[in-house]
Amino acid sequence: MNQRHSISMTVNGEAITMDVPVRMNLVDFLRNELGLTGSHVGCEHGVCGACTLKIDGEMVRGCLMLAVQADGCTITTIEGFADDPRSDRLQAAFERNNALQCGYCTPGMLASALDYIEAGGSTDRTAIRQHISGNYCRCTGYQSIVDAIAQTIEEGQKS
Amino acid sequence: MKASDFSYENPNSLNAALALLANQDGDVQLLAGGQSLMPMMNFRLAAPDTLVDLNGVKELQFIQETETSIEIGAMTRYVQLEQSPLVTQHIPLFAKALPHIAHSAIRNRGTIGGSAALADPAAEMPALLIALGATLNLQSLTGQRSVLADDFFLGLYETTLADGEIIESISIPKLASTDRTGFYELARRHGDYAMAGVAVVDRVVGDLASLRVVFFAISDRPVRDQKMEDLLQRPSANDEQQHLKEAIGQLEFHGDLNADAATKQHLAGVVLNRALKEMET
Ligand SMILES: Cc1cc2nc3c(=O)[nH]c(=O)nc-3n(C[C@H](O)[C@H](O)[C@H](O)COP(=O)(O)OP(=O)(O)OC[C@H]3O[C@@H](n4cnc5c(N)ncnc54)[C@H](O)[C@@H]3O)c2cc1C
Ligand code: FES
Ligand code: FES
Repeated sequence: MNQRHSISMTVNGEAITMDVPVRMNLVDFLRNELGLTGSHVGCEHGVCGACTLKIDGEMVRGCLMLAVQADGCTITTIEGFADDPRSDRLQAAFERNNALQCGYCTPGMLASALDYIEAGGSTDRTAIRQHISGNYCRCTGYQSIVDAIAQTIEEGQKS
Repeated sequence: MKASDFSYENPNSLNAALALLANQDGDVQLLAGGQSLMPMMNFRLAAPDTLVDLNGVKELQFIQETETSIEIGAMTRYVQLEQSPLVTQHIPLFAKALPHIAHSAIRNRGTIGGSAALADPAAEMPALLIALGATLNLQSLTGQRSVLADDFFLGLYETTLADGEIIESISIPKLASTDRTGFYELARRHGDYAMAGVAVVDRVVGDLASLRVVFFAISDRPVRDQKMEDLLQRPSANDEQQHLKEAIGQLEFHGDLNADAATKQHLAGVVLNRALKEMET
């Protein structure tokens, strides 16, 4: 048995209609069917945050949703954040602070950080750490990531 | 790993979901927020033949007020509870506890009904529901019944839910502004499952006036202890700490991946004292 469903959705501004196996999760669909390999797959059980993406305006785990559940939804992946000036500033701050090494966690980390910044999050380091507590980074030790997020918020307040 | 194959059903009414649950052959599972079931499916700890997705059943997503209670549809997500003015006003315990449940990306999907049905002994929600004196309203094709949260949770991932039943909604008696609540949990990292936690509700007025203390993440189910509640309601004596320690010593502790039983016994005392202290201020 290999059950399939037809789904339609908007991904990074583009309308898409496709036939998908019902058991395929959303992040595998985006990576393998649409070639959007910016969202990463780490743990496949919701713990690492590498697959974090935006669906109908809310951050979710791409590994804990089925592609069929995204029927009719609007999805933004890390590729889609590229046009957002706030995302540009954040990415520059990540680079400046060495807030990435292997880059595996980075797309999910940027997505969570953007969510925090857009919600008006403060530069309080504990609050930042709490917000990104659902995103694992095995390289940086987090310090530089918190620096990058705090600096982006400070820059936003100045401009 | 990836989930094994299944048939996917996406009903748009509770009746249609109930009919699918009752009439499909094999292992039929309901999909709520998927924040526990999807990991289990990806690990093949769960391999349903049919998945009945409740996300299209909009009649299960509501937060309403009656004179005495807040009625919450089973498919209401944590984030909706966090953002609801009704919940903030009448169930302040939720406002204290919800930020400790997982991370915001998980709270955007996870539901109150899913957490109750799962009955994870380390989860906050079952303990909160018992502490608040909540009632779960269960629906099947053949009828409706209501079960007190006290009687709903039977053990590790075990509840009184029968085959063919869906949690439809949860009724929570409103707290009065003079009632007090306390919540404290210790986790290794913010958002992780707790090593030990406790919810306290002290209702001072009305028919429900009582003090409730419910621990989570210490045993195979939420733990409420009448003796400890009686003890805490008596005017505090000099040896209260000793009595509390003895009462805690009589509870049944189960170790898990986070901490062994002895550590949990120690931490139970720590979280209780911190929750009580928070209530005094
Ligand atoms: C990384 C991570 C961290 C987490 N941390 C915590 C934490 O700290 N504390 C915590 O409490 N939880 C935590 N969770 C779990 C999360 O809270 C889950 O969302 C919740 O336990 C289950 O709710 P759900 O809506 O996702 O249910 P699902 O996963 O969809 O379903 C769970 C079970 O309940 C059944 N079910 C669902 N709805 C109903 C219904 N209405 N009637 C009958 N049966 C139903 C399903 O069939 C399934 O068996 C975490 C999850 C992840 C991935
Ligand atoms: S791959 Fe989804 S959270 Fe790890
Ligand atoms: S940069 Fe390697 S995991 Fe974060």
